[in-house]
Amino acid sequence: MKLIIYFRCFKGIVLREALRFVHQKERFFSALVRPLVWLGIFAAGFRSVLGVAIIPPYETYIPYEVYIAPGLIAMIQLFNGMQSSLSMVYDREMGSMKTMLVSPIPRWFLLCSKLFAGVFVSILQVYAFLIIASLWGIIPPISGYITILPALVVSGLMLGALGMFLSSAIKQLENFAGVMNFVIFPMFFASSALYPLWKIEETSEWLYYVCFLQSFYLCC
Amino acid sequence: MHAALEIKNVTHKFGEFKALDKVSININPGDFTVLLGLNGAGKTTLYSLITRLYNNNTGSIKIHNFNVRENSSNALKNIGVVFQQPTLDLDLSVEENLHYHSALHGISTVDASSRISEEIGRIDLNDKLKSKVRSLSGGQRRRVEIARSLLHRPKLLLLDEPTVGLDIGSRQMILKHVKALCKKGDLAVLWATHLIDEIDKGEKVVIIHNGKILESGDVSKVIKKTKQKNIREAFNKLVGIKT
Repeated sequence: MKLIIYFRCFKGIVLREALRFVHQKERFFSALVRPLVWLGIFAAGFRSVLGVAIIPPYETYIPYEVYIAPGLIAMIQLFNGMQSSLSMVYDREMGSMKTMLVSPIPRWFLLCSKLFAGVFVSILQVYAFLIIASLWGIIPPISGYITILPALVVSGLMLGALGMFLSSAIKQLENFAGVMNFVIFPMFFASSALYPLWKIEETSEWLYYVCFLQSFYLCC
Repeated sequence: MHAALEIKNVTHKFGEFKALDKVSININPGDFTVLLGLNGAGKTTLYSLITRLYNNNTGSIKIHNFNVRENSSNALKNIGVVFQQPTLDLDLSVEENLHYHSALHGISTVDASSRISEEIGRIDLNDKLKSKVRSLSGGQRRRVEIARSLLHRPKLLLLDEPTVGLDIGSRQMILKHVKALCKKGDLAVLWATHLIDEIDKGEKVVIIHNGKILESGDVSKVIKKTKQKNIREAFNKLVGIKT
């Protein structure tokens, strides 16, 4: 099969995911509101409670909002990965997955394209968040907007792949609420998204190692 | 000339339950064949095997001589499918759905646009091209699905109970449209249904019951063989429905 056919297929899958995201205005809105609530309310409340020592890569003391910004970016990708997973379960239940499966293009390629499409959508959300976050004074160097991109692709792929794995394990749409309780929240809280891991180490060494080894920490 | 669809000795089990038992069907290019069976007869399982949604481990399924198991890519290129369950994306417009399908078959955007306007014109839904699928009626959605299934110019069209849940007008319109497509060229059609009134004289019928093919051939031949007056009575006799 010619390379151009694969490219057209890839483009079609990415475009479909992007169009779905744009058409579902509530999804776009909630994807932005979630991290902004953390940034605007949670961070405002906790900045006086949590003192963050100087830790790499920062060379000086930083406001708490700046500290949690990378964690919130990872949170956007985490939720997007789970959203893609939910969307796959929905597609499977509603039947639209069949359209894809009867394509003559090999299934491994369709799956990879679907994964990259999810990553693409998550990157759109992250940049929209960064633009709004600049209103809170979170302004990285201009080059930072470019150098973050490869990291976003890698972390998006990892979290998207996790979402795909979950969608293969979840048989019914109703079971998806369990994912929130047993996957998203533990992953998010057992990471350095909201507090540096040394703070956890001071309290519990084994919990520190759990946090250190779990995948979401790597994204933060 | 190769058969459009050649199924030989296909058996499929779900655990201990035998959904299909040594099924063999042959459909030639240009044939309109009705797969007639009650709910649960095995029609959808058979379609899932033909379209490779399920793996078939016994017998063989060939589409224009391409084996679905060994040469799935070439086999699938030649199939257009309308599933029993609606499969259009409700959040996208008709046009976006059709472009998505074209992309899944590797068709360029320019080619896809001309094919879409041709197929959408054929089903008389030009004015709905930009509408969200969610806003269409059941009959219109089915027609869009038929148009979509033809975009990549398949040689075999599979329709799994496409008229279920539709009103009489929409049913007749869809049936007439597909039969006309079949007459125009070499397109072979396998139309699964449990609605006997969708079969006309001169067409071919395959009667399936409890996973087994009970009878197949021209409608008149089946009527004659079962010594009945019409296809309804012939079907009732074969599957054991007492009237």
